[in-house]
Amino acid sequence: MTQSLDAYLILSGLLFTIGTFGFLAKRNAIAMLMSIELMLNAVNLAIVAFGAFIPGLAAQGAVIALFVMAVAAAEATVGLAIVIAIYRNRRTPLVDEYSSMRE
Amino acid sequence: MALPQTVPFIGWAWDDLIFMLLAGMMLGAALMVVLGKDIIRAGLFLMLSFGALAGIYVLLGAPIVAAAQVLIYIGAIGVLILFAIMLTQTKAGPSKLVFHRQAWAGGLAAIVLAVMLIFVVLYTDWPDVLDAPAEASTTVVATLLFTDFVFAFEIVGVLLLAAVIGGIFLAKREDSIDPGERDADRPSTLERLEP
Repeated sequence: MTQSLDAYLILSGLLFTIGTFGFLAKRNAIAMLMSIELMLNAVNLAIVAFGAFIPGLAAQGAVIALFVMAVAAAEATVGLAIVIAIYRNRRTPLVDEYSSMRE
Repeated sequence: MALPQTVPFIGWAWDDLIFMLLAGMMLGAALMVVLGKDIIRAGLFLMLSFGALAGIYVLLGAPIVAAAQVLIYIGAIGVLILFAIMLTQTKAGPSKLVFHRQAWAGGLAAIVLAVMLIFVVLYTDWPDVLDAPAEASTTVVATLLFTDFVFAFEIVGVLLLAAVIGGIFLAKREDSIDPGERDADRPSTLERLEP
């Protein structure tokens, strides 16, 4: 019943939606980065699901998912380093107080 | 003792039950990440969500991806995020207000996006789809990784090296000589000593 491509894709879409809401609604920069990780996980799930359900593509899907994970690790490293560098200057992790370019 | 063919009392296949449990755990933990007030709990729920997703990868027949998920996401990224949370939390400041004032617009956009994605998935006629997920055996994945995708593999290695160097450069303190004077607007030690 649930072992179909539709079920996995809907699950992936719901996870991506939750990540989208977190990215749009949160004030904390690290919470926004966590939401980005949720969205990356959702896309990864979609890739693996497509690979598993389309004939002959299972291994390719897994390989691409591994690459996405490596790039996500690099993104998390640089993103958190940027957040810590900004925090050291502005003493706050809240993104709506980073307004010096607007004034 | 062999398990019965279907789950007792419900009549589902075992895969369906496990899928439902893991999917509920993953979505619930993700909702707690997004809706919770306490950011440290959000980080821990994020790791729970990653773990449930690893279980879903096993159910999809991709055990190497599940292992990498546990190693990279729970082990590396989760701990990295928890460290960053603990480095940047201050008791002072308006930490009560977790969401933006216009968070309802974000919620509206997310709901519209979810409805659109579900409609697209349900009303698309996927060609040549299998009835059950195919197994991605680790041997085949490894062979593919070091033959067809070997160039991308090397590029990812270079990218990770660049990310490590960039992370160190960005997070490095500019003036590590006298950290006590760093954030205050006081004159430097030399100026204070002079009359």
